[in-house]
Amino acid sequence: MGDIQDFWGTPVGWTLITLGEVLLVVVGVLISLAFLLLADRKIWAGVQMRKGPNTVGAFGLLQSFADFIKFLMKEIVIPAGADRTVFLLAPLVSFVLAFIGWAVIPFAPGWVVSNINVGILYLLAMSSLGVYGIIMGGWASNSKYPFLGSLRSAAQMVSYEVSIGFIIVTVILLTGSMNLQTIVEHQSGGFWNWNVLGGGLEKNWPMAFVMVPMMVMFFISALAETNRPPFDLPEAESELVAGYQVEYSSTPYLLFMIGEYSNIVLMCAMISILFFGGWQAPFPTPFLAGWAPILASLFGLVWFAIKIVFWFFMFAMIKAIVPRYRYDQLMRLGWKIFLPTSLVAVAVVAGWRIFTSV
Amino acid sequence: MDLQAIAFYTLAAIMLAAAGLVVTARNPVHSVLFLILAFFSGAGLFVLLGAEFLAMLLIVVYVGAVAVLFLFVVMMLDVDFVSLRSGFAQYMPVGLVVSGLLLVEMVMVSGAVASSGAAAKVKAAAVTGRSNIEEIGRVLYTDYVYFFQAAGLVLLVAMIGAIVLTLRHKPGVRRQNIADQTARTRKSGLSIVKVATGEGISE
Amino acid sequence: MNAFLLQYLPILVFLAVAVVLGALFIVGAWALAPKHPDPEKISAYECGFNAFEDARMKFDVRFYLVAILFIIFDLEVAFLFPWAVSLMKLPHATGLFAFWSMLGFLGVLTVGFIYEWKKGALEWE
Repeated sequence: MGDIQDFWGTPVGWTLITLGEVLLVVVGVLISLAFLLLADRKIWAGVQMRKGPNTVGAFGLLQSFADFIKFLMKEIVIPAGADRTVFLLAPLVSFVLAFIGWAVIPFAPGWVVSNINVGILYLLAMSSLGVYGIIMGGWASNSKYPFLGSLRSAAQMVSYEVSIGFIIVTVILLTGSMNLQTIVEHQSGGFWNWNVLGGGLEKNWPMAFVMVPMMVMFFISALAETNRPPFDLPEAESELVAGYQVEYSSTPYLLFMIGEYSNIVLMCAMISILFFGGWQAPFPTPFLAGWAPILASLFGLVWFAIKIVFWFFMFAMIKAIVPRYRYDQLMRLGWKIFLPTSLVAVAVVAGWRIFTSV
Repeated sequence: MDLQAIAFYTLAAIMLAAAGLVVTARNPVHSVLFLILAFFSGAGLFVLLGAEFLAMLLIVVYVGAVAVLFLFVVMMLDVDFVSLRSGFAQYMPVGLVVSGLLLVEMVMVSGAVASSGAAAKVKAAAVTGRSNIEEIGRVLYTDYVYFFQAAGLVLLVAMIGAIVLTLRHKPGVRRQNIADQTARTRKSGLSIVKVATGEGISE
Repeated sequence: MNAFLLQYLPILVFLAVAVVLGALFIVGAWALAPKHPDPEKISAYECGFNAFEDARMKFDVRFYLVAILFIIFDLEVAFLFPWAVSLMKLPHATGLFAFWSMLGFLGVLTVGFIYEWKKGALEWE
């Protein structure tokens, strides 16, 4: 036993552990994505009173895996005037950026691959980089529709990122930390301590009047940031065919799609962590002290998964029931409504915190 | 050589190579992409120094915002870059003088900083156990308040400048006025006219 | 190697794993799928005619303005982060000063924001 302990302390052992953790997260996320994608299609179908995918496996459960094999067997078509390197690099960039965000997500007490101090800022950085895959793809295709789609997408993503930044600042003001694990631990002890209701501390409850709208705005900005309906103008099929993805086929297209869904689920995870207590149960959990640590962690993981699935369900429902925005409306909402509102919210939350702290 | 040194030299080498390619790449879009690679390596170097906040800011602001602007400009300006390049040899001496001056200045500044014992202060700050973002927050808004406010004014000037330089209103654009639309009532939007048979109406 | 950097090393490992996985997908399709390009297949998508000109055309300067405004507000947010973290950890009087100092900063930028709004820079035509 002692030898094993020593081995994990060595650089080789450490690398193996880290590699194992990373693979666990990546494979876990990929498999969850496969089923969430199916859920997305099933919900969409349900709203339209269709059946949705139902042939591959029971209830179509294996549909995503069948799709994967099909993508793999299709030809990679590279358009004649395209910049080959950038053309293939773009989906890779989208995919990689969408995945490395998961490195800092705390899945359960103590279960985080990389527990850095500036976790929130890291997530913000990675989501702001997501625009590159799209710009590169649109530019490299040398085709009109992808180019227009990528321009739209870039302007849209940067417009909503500002308000996401301000909203995150309000959360940091309540918790006083940018470490995601600390933010989650700060919201322990029941749903009344969650940031969406003012972040606990008994006297902070009036902040719920600010934080609930902030949560809604974060959710809407997350829709715009991930190019989801009703803000899917970059790939509006009635105007731009499929936007930046027009020229893509086979696995490069698949990488774009996985990246998009990974970003969506990452946004769901962010909403859960920032506003809904991450892996915290919605009630006090003193009984966990008597549990084995692994069971307590699993307990947390289940709550985190439930919250993510709930928010993914909201994403899917909105896709199914809301009509697409017009581009000028989108810009108006981002710059003229969300930006000033979140700016005022930052000042209000800070003022409340500083003047009630005496 | 420990892992930290290997990481430093790898990142520094990537950064220099990327910076060289920014200048030499034929396609301006490729130049911007190499610039982004250089920014990333820079962020890695900041992390190695322990300045995680600066590293993330470098990515958020420079890669996430400034480089997007560069990409826009490079993609938007339909400039013939081959003709721009023809003056390269002509301007080379001036460029070399300027970069030589910059090099001398940087060596002098870093020499002065190193000899004043800044490295020891960095170590001392690390001992307090606070993250460096908290350390920045402790001094930036109080001890350095004038610099901070000056930064705000600079941003204001930048904002106004950008609008003055680039804002052009197209003539004849009809905009949606939501307040007007929702303020319309049945009375202002609708009138019922009795039309006599065979006569029609005129406005 | 200190504990601080050990927190960042997993991100590097994560990056490597993601790059390898993504590259595997592309290589997989390249190895498994058929390759029969023909001139029609690899021509750029267009609605039934040949493209008239290079697709990388000039576009509205407005995108440029949006990008500049974004940089400015992004910097504003960047200034807010250390402030939000340290505000409640400062001694109360200092914290109060930091609060008003930040409100001054935000006030200056709000002036700019109002100017933008009045000039119509936020309208999309």
